[in-house]
Amino acid sequence: MIPSLPGLLQAMSLFAVAILIARPLGGYIRKVMEGERVFLSPVIRPVERGVYKVMRIDETVEQRWTSYAVSVILFSFVCILALYLQQRFQASLPLDQGGVPVGPVAPDLAYNTAVSFDTNTNWQNYAGETTMTYLTQMAGLAVRNFVSAATGIAVALALTRGLVRKMSPTIGNFWVDLTRSTLYILLPISIVAALVLVSQGVIQTFASSITVHTLQGAVQTIPLGPVASQEAIKELGTNGGGFFNANSAHPFENPTGLSDWFEMLLILIIPFGLTFTFGRMAGNARQGWALLAVMVIVLSAGSLVAMASEERSNPSIPAAVAGEVNQSAGNMEGKETRFGADSSGLFATVTTGTSTGAVNSMHDSFLPAGGLVPLFNIELGEITPGGVGAGLYGILVFAIIGVFIAGLMVGRTPEFLGKKIEAYEMKMAMLVVLFLAFSILFFTAVATATAAGKAGPLNGGPHGFSEILYAFSSQTGNNGSAFAGLSGNTLFYNVTGAFAMMLGRYAMIVPILAIAGSMAAKRRVAPSLGTFPTTGPIWVGLLIGVIVIVGALTFFPALALGPIADQLLNNAGRLF
Amino acid sequence: MRSFIRTQLWPAVSILLAFTVITGLVYPAVVTVIAQVVFPSQANGSMIVVDGNTVGSSLIGQAFDAPQYFWGRPSAAGANGYDPTLSGGSNLSSTSQTLITDITQRVDAERAANGDAPVPIELVTASASGLDPDISPAAAEYQVARVAKARGMTEDAVRAVVARHTTQPFLWLIGEPTVHVLELNLDLDGLLK
Repeated sequence: MIPSLPGLLQAMSLFAVAILIARPLGGYIRKVMEGERVFLSPVIRPVERGVYKVMRIDETVEQRWTSYAVSVILFSFVCILALYLQQRFQASLPLDQGGVPVGPVAPDLAYNTAVSFDTNTNWQNYAGETTMTYLTQMAGLAVRNFVSAATGIAVALALTRGLVRKMSPTIGNFWVDLTRSTLYILLPISIVAALVLVSQGVIQTFASSITVHTLQGAVQTIPLGPVASQEAIKELGTNGGGFFNANSAHPFENPTGLSDWFEMLLILIIPFGLTFTFGRMAGNARQGWALLAVMVIVLSAGSLVAMASEERSNPSIPAAVAGEVNQSAGNMEGKETRFGADSSGLFATVTTGTSTGAVNSMHDSFLPAGGLVPLFNIELGEITPGGVGAGLYGILVFAIIGVFIAGLMVGRTPEFLGKKIEAYEMKMAMLVVLFLAFSILFFTAVATATAAGKAGPLNGGPHGFSEILYAFSSQTGNNGSAFAGLSGNTLFYNVTGAFAMMLGRYAMIVPILAIAGSMAAKRRVAPSLGTFPTTGPIWVGLLIGVIVIVGALTFFPALALGPIADQLLNNAGRLF
Repeated sequence: MRSFIRTQLWPAVSILLAFTVITGLVYPAVVTVIAQVVFPSQANGSMIVVDGNTVGSSLIGQAFDAPQYFWGRPSAAGANGYDPTLSGGSNLSSTSQTLITDITQRVDAERAANGDAPVPIELVTASASGLDPDISPAAAEYQVARVAKARGMTEDAVRAVVARHTTQPFLWLIGEPTVHVLELNLDLDGLLK
């Protein structure tokens, strides 16, 4: 499973540049989140103060974990309600698309979409160009792209504070964390990134769609819109919700090979950067490097498999036809010429190793082994490197499980960053793992056992099952990519999907904040001979082992029924 | 209860309003103004204008089936393909009977038009967006003889035009080499000034 040299070089250049940017960015994030002065302070600090004034909060007052959790969830619910109403009444609001008339969004679809964008999932049961007005896209959906990502950073910082503080009753102030993440981190980078994307050809206009007469005399209606501003935060905030139905495969969202590489870079910099933030706050940069190493190793392995798989030709094409075809470009169904097999495989891995879910190619048409990579990435919990904030807090849960297992092996009380890991923390960590597995497997089982669920898949055979499994994995994991042949815009999938997305978000955040609160209150113990060091190659190997084994044990039976059976039948030339 | 409203509910509602203004209105407006001034062509869709008429976007593919034109890739966007209001791929799996039937029919059609050379796979598989504006250099070379014959040009003359619309990957590394179908066909028609 070794891809071609250009593919390898592309992946290596991407990861190298992302790490180079992530290091200073991680330091910047630490400064911002601890309220220190940064070079943007003269411009942003007055706005920040204004926001606090509107909220009538005191930025110096911190919250206990329970109050922090209430704030996170309450804010999320307010956002869901507002976005639901905005979609229902969008036809009465200004800035419709012109040309393509759109009415109110149907209730179940509006509900699914509101939950989707407020949980940082961006699962889309709609086509943007024919369903949403410009105003809904930019003042509804794109706003959620900012605040759901900022919420992720806030929770990651709260957990980090919990781990590094000594005997502290509080873990920070959610409203302050949310404000600073948005104003100092997401917004400035998005402005620059949006303009880079426009330079490549991403559109940014409020003009109505345009009708042209093509060279061969057909009529073509081309929808336009303020795309670049949404595209930038869509990638940077690991959201993934496309302005258009084809997402980052659409030439207006992702026009060139360079824009594609740049979008992947945007996806990676904050998740990578937060490991440096963590290392600095822990007072030991090597703690952060260890997490980054785990992320990059797992991400690289997935990239190799996905790229190599898609460079192959489809074995189901009968020999008589295959002899008349030049298949050197690989499996090109559902792929764009400018990206080819390599960039498509790489993008699929990056978008699911994080919780982004943007796609530059149709995962549903990948060969089964290639499609297994994004699916398994999501089922590992999207922690390599994971979503903005969500990746760091997710991998820290596995780090806690990892030191616990190491502690069992040497017969000592497990410690992490000098804090004892006890029964309470382990229970919370296991809750996270179990809730995610339950949501994915339970809803998949329900869908395969009901007529409403079985009506969804486009493709037959094991691949139809893969489409359902992918849908609930993606929604529970708050990823948002799809095996898009599934007809998701039905009452059944809209409602079950929304439940899965909420479980995946809140059943993760609440136990994690509980861990943060419990750890913050503990005293720190000096490292002893029996302490398992959470730096260095042995720890990196152990943590990868824990992540992969937990993921594989939980999901192997389901994967065997889906992509693994699918690949075997594909090799044998079976058709459905 | 009053404390809940003051410390939780009001901040939740007010910060959403504040960020709807800042990130939902001011941010896209600022980006639009800068984009329209600095990159007006790109920001408005990279439209191609011939004699005052907009004939299409250089980023959005068009359907071609006349022998004197280079043909793009099969498109799953709309019943006739290349409908930008219905962007998307086929989403057919690699084990789909429909996919294999489609590929087989397209191979036959390409060979009937272009002769017996092996058909590049990208000419018989649907793109992800349904709007792919490009084909690979191999897919262009495959069609050179047909286009040259239909236009009464030499093959080398057609190849020279193809070369003008071929783009190499950024730094020969990022992305794939592409041939721009619409611009190539406009150039062959002598419409590209």
